[in-house]
Amino acid sequence: MGALPANLFAGFVVSLVALPLGLGLAIASEAPPIAGIISAVVGGVVVALLGGSQLTIAGPGNGLVIVLLSSITLLGEGNLYQGYLFTLAAVALSGMLIFLFGVFRFGALSEFFPASALQGMLAAIGIGILSKQIHVMLGITTATGSPISLLAQVPESVLFIIQNASLEVLVAASIGVGCILVLTLYSRIRNPVFHLIPAPMWVVFLAIGLSYYYEYIMAVPYPIGEDLLITLPENLLGNLPFPDFGKVKTLEFVGVVFSLTLISCIESLLSIKAVDKLDPLKRRSNVNKDLRALGIATAISGLVGGLNVVTVIARSSVNVNNGGSNRSANLFHALFLLLFILLFQDQIQRIALPALAAILVYTGYRLAAPENLIMLFKIGKEQAAIFLVTLGMTLAYGLITGIAFGVFATFIIHILINKSLFLFTRNWLKPNVLMFKEEDSGNYFVSVKNFCSFLNFYKLKALLDEIPEHEHAIVDFSLCEFVDHTVMEGLNGYRRGFASKSGVFEIIGLDVHFSDTQHPFAIRKVLPMKDFLNLGSHLTKRQKSLEALSKKLKWSYRPELSSDPQSLEKFEYFKSKQINYQYNVLVDATGRFSLFDLSYSEGAFISKEDLKSSFLMIKLDEQVPQFVLDKEHLLASLYEPLGYKDIDFIDAPDFSRRFFLSGKNRSEIRKWFSPELIFFFESHSYFHIETNKNILLIKGKNRLSSIDEIKKMLAFGTELTHILKK
Amino acid sequence: MSGSPFHKILIGFAFSPNLKANVFEAMRLASFLDAHLYFLHVGLKSVAKEKAFTDILEDSPVKLEKLSVIWEKGEPVETIREQCQNNNIDLLLLGAMQRENMLKFYMGSIARKLTRNAPCSVLLLIKPSVIRKPTQHMVVNAFESPQTESTILSAFHFGKALNINKITLVEEINRSEVAVEADDDRGLRKVTLRKEKLKRRELTRVKEILSHIPSSLIGGIKVHSQNIFGTRGYSIGHYAKVVRADLLIMNAAENRKGFFGRVFPQDLEHILSELPTDVLVIKSKENE
Repeated sequence: MGALPANLFAGFVVSLVALPLGLGLAIASEAPPIAGIISAVVGGVVVALLGGSQLTIAGPGNGLVIVLLSSITLLGEGNLYQGYLFTLAAVALSGMLIFLFGVFRFGALSEFFPASALQGMLAAIGIGILSKQIHVMLGITTATGSPISLLAQVPESVLFIIQNASLEVLVAASIGVGCILVLTLYSRIRNPVFHLIPAPMWVVFLAIGLSYYYEYIMAVPYPIGEDLLITLPENLLGNLPFPDFGKVKTLEFVGVVFSLTLISCIESLLSIKAVDKLDPLKRRSNVNKDLRALGIATAISGLVGGLNVVTVIARSSVNVNNGGSNRSANLFHALFLLLFILLFQDQIQRIALPALAAILVYTGYRLAAPENLIMLFKIGKEQAAIFLVTLGMTLAYGLITGIAFGVFATFIIHILINKSLFLFTRNWLKPNVLMFKEEDSGNYFVSVKNFCSFLNFYKLKALLDEIPEHEHAIVDFSLCEFVDHTVMEGLNGYRRGFASKSGVFEIIGLDVHFSDTQHPFAIRKVLPMKDFLNLGSHLTKRQKSLEALSKKLKWSYRPELSSDPQSLEKFEYFKSKQINYQYNVLVDATGRFSLFDLSYSEGAFISKEDLKSSFLMIKLDEQVPQFVLDKEHLLASLYEPLGYKDIDFIDAPDFSRRFFLSGKNRSEIRKWFSPELIFFFESHSYFHIETNKNILLIKGKNRLSSIDEIKKMLAFGTELTHILKK
Repeated sequence: MSGSPFHKILIGFAFSPNLKANVFEAMRLASFLDAHLYFLHVGLKSVAKEKAFTDILEDSPVKLEKLSVIWEKGEPVETIREQCQNNNIDLLLLGAMQRENMLKFYMGSIARKLTRNAPCSVLLLIKPSVIRKPTQHMVVNAFESPQTESTILSAFHFGKALNINKITLVEEINRSEVAVEADDDRGLRKVTLRKEKLKRRELTRVKEILSHIPSSLIGGIKVHSQNIFGTRGYSIGHYAKVVRADLLIMNAAENRKGFFGRVFPQDLEHILSELPTDVLVIKSKENE
């Protein structure tokens, strides 16, 4: 019960994100806006009660927008509302299918798709959403056509605004543009107070605020057309639409059901896996149980007028970041949504569509961002090719055909790389993995033979899933001729999982394999991250200064990236963050001081924030009590009910006022913080400081520190250790 | 059943580039086991062939007192089977073929047929050599089967004769015996516990078998036990390859005749399609 307030709070914040996203995703699918809220409410309640994961949030998903949109237009044959009713029937039936997937344990389904093909498909979905919504964002709802032709029409729409620059047109367009600016700049502004409200909710506030501004301050009617405002049904609960099963026997309908089922499963499974990586408690979700719950939720949602319910990554990550710790947050998010829609019906109807469209454009852009392609290109040209084939085919022929082409293209490329079809045909269905626990050392040894790719990764995964993550696992590929990117990326996930639970996950036997690029996830490649950005060959100015500094101090300096998070993941600060890589590492001769830049990220997908900071890690001679020390700030008082109690000292009022100190063992921390130490902290600049056993971690600013700042940090660290020694 | 169970050994030979290596290997083995060696050629006998063969025999550094050469015409599989039966052969030697350009070995169709229904134990050699490479590590199957105990006993006899220093007994446990799925943390804990329990059960069973083996056979040999959760008949082959064993000793296929026997590959089939190392398939006499 102790976690309840924290989950109530997290659920509240999530509902702030879920409200605009739910409305927006439904509108983008040409369904009534309320449909998105219905699926979020049903999803939140059902999945919270029956699901098998702790931190996930369920609701309407991005991936389905394209399928739903084409279904509503296709089945309705011009009548959107009728199409919506037919689609509801498809949603209900796909819910039953998803439930059956869970029953028959098809949770491994997403493993059969090559990672790059999935990315290509997601990018196509992103382009699909973006191409339509970019027009709505500019205040034009009449644009239609395929995604490509829609994109080609963008200049036309811009021209239209310039030519017909009436107040009404300009206000609509500037709401859209203003909102997209808020969304893109949100992660740049690191003000904690500003960040109390998630970006999509700022957009909603802006849109509603503007409407009130016109009504009460300017005292003129809101210059936005009726067609650009949300309409909610008068009587929310009494007027639920009922699905029309009239087209059940047509081929189109069956196609829609299958597309909905497949995309729902893939999106949910990918999200569940991604959320598991964010879990501070590192729990393992039961994906099949989750699929069953999502299936039931989708079926119910379809019957009462809602869309497919899937696990959604962005909202789930917001949940994690705001202290959600169990399934009740999902339930609370649903209840808050219900409350909003009942209490603020009037306000919600004031939200201009361009604002919601801006959120969708941003979502679409994050799905289709060119960075994804560049990343894949670095891993290998063939991955970029797979991505592009899937992307093109999906845009041209729809999702199912697109992903099928992606799988096929991947397979062909694998055959070409190996110059052998036999390697795959002869060995595909044969067992190829062996795991045993070595009797003498207690290590788990896993050996893989022949080839390991997306075609048979599930066999290896089944074994790896049975190793407790605090153990030592060794995966040997020396008998394996070919390892693909999907497997390398999957294994990296395992390595992280093991690292966060103090286990060891080693990959051996890849030294004999060769690969095109140096990327760790490249086809048949060794693991250490090297030459990722061509660092080392040309050092930046800052790197050169760091090198000079290291020479002066007689420390060692390594500019290249390494993806080994060492013991960092055990620190409170990284509990719900993902560590990407470490670089510019300076280590002193004794190995006790290490200074490094770290790239890590918070949240996922549209609420993802990538951060880079400089850290100083010091190994002390003896264990110290675990604590977190930071500048006292407004948020601190907010977090107090969530279990982070500030420790104050009566005889050091200045320190107590300026610093926020928390930790598990309060009395020991009090004893450890001597007056001398308190004076030291008082008289120096602020750093975020954490301890774990005998390791002291000092964090610089929320950006990379300059050379001067690094020197200050070093001096601070050295002085601090001197005081601690006494 | 005291003393080595291998008194009479038969090897079929053909005039191939491998002949010399095959002959030398067979003679070495026969001398280690102190057994009577029968050479069998299925085909026409000619003076030239006989001359060539005797030359090779004379070349051998190992000389045998008990040695016979048989020349017989007929269909290979049937002829070899008949000769094994007629001469009361205990062990049949067969050579494997190597896949082109690959370090993979498999059994030809004749050798497969013979392995499946030979009346005696069969030793499959992947690369016979002219010069002796000592055998050091043997992997022996120890899964639950009525034949296992006599297989292990034969393995110790064989190992003693070849002067090997390490035997690993492998218990393959079918994954389905765990009967829990590691879907989440609770499932994983259950799986781990269940595996531990099955492991202890298997260990007790193997200890029981070992206690029946005369200590004179065990002396000087390091005996390990390893259990593996995996596909029966497959995992042990993969394991033998991973630990670079020199010899893998298996039970002969159980007589699972009928529909199911044909549908599901029997334990030996995985091994026959890709030999990890030399394989000795033991046919225990009392189970005939």
